[in-house]
Amino acid sequence: MPTVAPLDLDGHCVAAVFLGDVPHFALADGTIHRLDHGHKTAQTNDGLLAAFHDAANDRLITGGEDGKIFSVTAGGNAAELASAGKKWITSVAAGPQGAVAYASGKIAFVRFADGKTKEFMHPRSVEGLAFSPKGMRFGVARYNGATLHFPAADGKPVELEWAGAHTGITFSPDGAFLVTTMQENALHGWKLADGKHMRMSGYPGKVKSLSWSAKGKWLASSGAPAAIVWPFSGKDGPMGKAPLELGTRGNAMVTSVACHPSQDVVAVGYDDGMVMAVRFADAKEVLLRRPGKGAITSMMWDKEERRVAFGSAAGDCGVIDISA
Amino acid sequence: MSDAQTTQIPVTVLTGYLGAGKTTLLNRILSQNHGKRYAVIVNEFGEIGIDNELIVESDEEIYEMNNGCVCCTVRGDLIRVVEGLMRRPGRFDAIVVETTGLADPVPVAQTFFMDDDVRSKTRLDAVVVLVDAKHLPLRLKDSREAEDQIAFADVVVLNKTDLVMPEELSKVEATIRAINPAAKIHRTTRAGLALSEVLDRGAFDLSRALENDPHFLDAHDDHDHHHDHQEHDGHHHHDGHDHHHHAHASDIHDVTVQSVSLRGGEMDPKKFFPWIEKITQMEGPNILRLKGIIALKGDDERYVIQGVHMIIEGDHQRAWKDGEKHESRLVFIGRELDAERLKKSFDACQAA
Repeated sequence: MPTVAPLDLDGHCVAAVFLGDVPHFALADGTIHRLDHGHKTAQTNDGLLAAFHDAANDRLITGGEDGKIFSVTAGGNAAELASAGKKWITSVAAGPQGAVAYASGKIAFVRFADGKTKEFMHPRSVEGLAFSPKGMRFGVARYNGATLHFPAADGKPVELEWAGAHTGITFSPDGAFLVTTMQENALHGWKLADGKHMRMSGYPGKVKSLSWSAKGKWLASSGAPAAIVWPFSGKDGPMGKAPLELGTRGNAMVTSVACHPSQDVVAVGYDDGMVMAVRFADAKEVLLRRPGKGAITSMMWDKEERRVAFGSAAGDCGVIDISA
Repeated sequence: MSDAQTTQIPVTVLTGYLGAGKTTLLNRILSQNHGKRYAVIVNEFGEIGIDNELIVESDEEIYEMNNGCVCCTVRGDLIRVVEGLMRRPGRFDAIVVETTGLADPVPVAQTFFMDDDVRSKTRLDAVVVLVDAKHLPLRLKDSREAEDQIAFADVVVLNKTDLVMPEELSKVEATIRAINPAAKIHRTTRAGLALSEVLDRGAFDLSRALENDPHFLDAHDDHDHHHDHQEHDGHHHHDGHDHHHHAHASDIHDVTVQSVSLRGGEMDPKKFFPWIEKITQMEGPNILRLKGIIALKGDDERYVIQGVHMIIEGDHQRAWKDGEKHESRLVFIGRELDAERLKKSFDACQAA
């Protein structure tokens, strides 16, 4: 039976992550709570808006209302990495070789590990940011498509067009596909080799959470009463194939998804705070946490594949231990 | 606290041309001792002279929705900012959105109806436009935005009245009234008016809308001469509402917005609802605002309706009072509206 160690906090949890093997919870007020032999805190942004887990460097990158970028490492060590002025930092991402990207209005910034920073101006707001897993390349979600930059070189960016407002962005782990979330209830994808479009629609709500399964074979998404899981193992991605619908509930919407690090299993968080684990192969469900006070906003598996840290919009966070 | 229990934060939209007095009014809202805290969303940190931690600068981003409807636009930046603000809701009681001088108020307003996340946490309270009494005629000549802002407003603050002669002022006010017969107009200098006239108006609240609006259509009780005007210059001018003066707006030929006021008896719901749906579907792009109180046959409650372009909302408001006349009133504000056809088809919805 899974057990839950609750951590009741006061405020919206933006990100629940493991740094080292310690669960950290980043709240919208900029406090980073952790369960490390007791409840401890550290402070980052005055108003934390965006957070990204940098797996390669085992750190959390945050950006916020104060225009600053912080890095938080295990043990709650928070350090200011950069500052971009008075505007809100609305999106952050981490990439290869310690590079960090962040967005402020129409500008995307890339900060390299040596502290040098490069600016990329766009005609419209930078809505989302993501690095490609291969090479020094990052993508910007924007109105009417996505833009790919090569920050290490001075080449021209690649423009990928698709009408509509693109708000979030992710590369598949093999770098072959780019997928955006949209203002409308849909995902859009591009096969980067040939620019082929993939339209993934039919969601009753906006998609706000995406998670690639082990080896990028599947892409799990929120925005429906079930986790919608698209097959990406074929060379054309999910085109012409139906997605899996896992953990379907009649009275709740999925708000967060987190794929298991090695198995074809996804942790599914709902708007009433419930969390389930569902296996792809047979859609078998295991209840991990009963409904709580607020919608699940973020989840992450630990390296031992034994625990799931979760955060909610109402602050009732915690850690689920599935091995117990 | 779950989302459902969170009360919706009211949002006031301040529009108006550069120099009309938006910043003055904003400074008054932020500095007056009313016990409320405001988060302010601006396009540029301007001359807000007040220390307020919650002034957010945001780049105006108009996003067309991908549903094939050209009038379905939202402000993408507002969605993001409102979402961010609402993650720490304890910091403020209300939100004020100040637009740039040239901004189209429609995407701002539609954001609060079309985006589910924004809609669940906030409610549009009212659209307020600041108008410079001296420069309005010029503004109307050289731009469509000035007219749109007035046409779309719930409250018009006719500011800088000390800079014009009384006749000029009457003319300007008549012009405003011609563009928007449903808005409440306040004459001010230095944007001086009771803040209760611009804040917490509930203009989009179906249970309150029209209730606290003495101007709503009543102004035209005793004359119905829209069609004459339609015929002679293609514009629609209301003159002589219940005020003192009878200045004609008709010598200002830069007004392209018209309003069509309809009035009738009890409506047959089986005819009225399909009709209003069809009208807003077909004429949506031309309709800036619509508001109405409808008497439905066999229904002992007033039905109120309001709309922005193709978005319409309606609900029962309250029981008809004893002795209250069961009549239906509807006003459309927009462009290229066929008043004759609207009237005929509206009349055809009346219960036998």
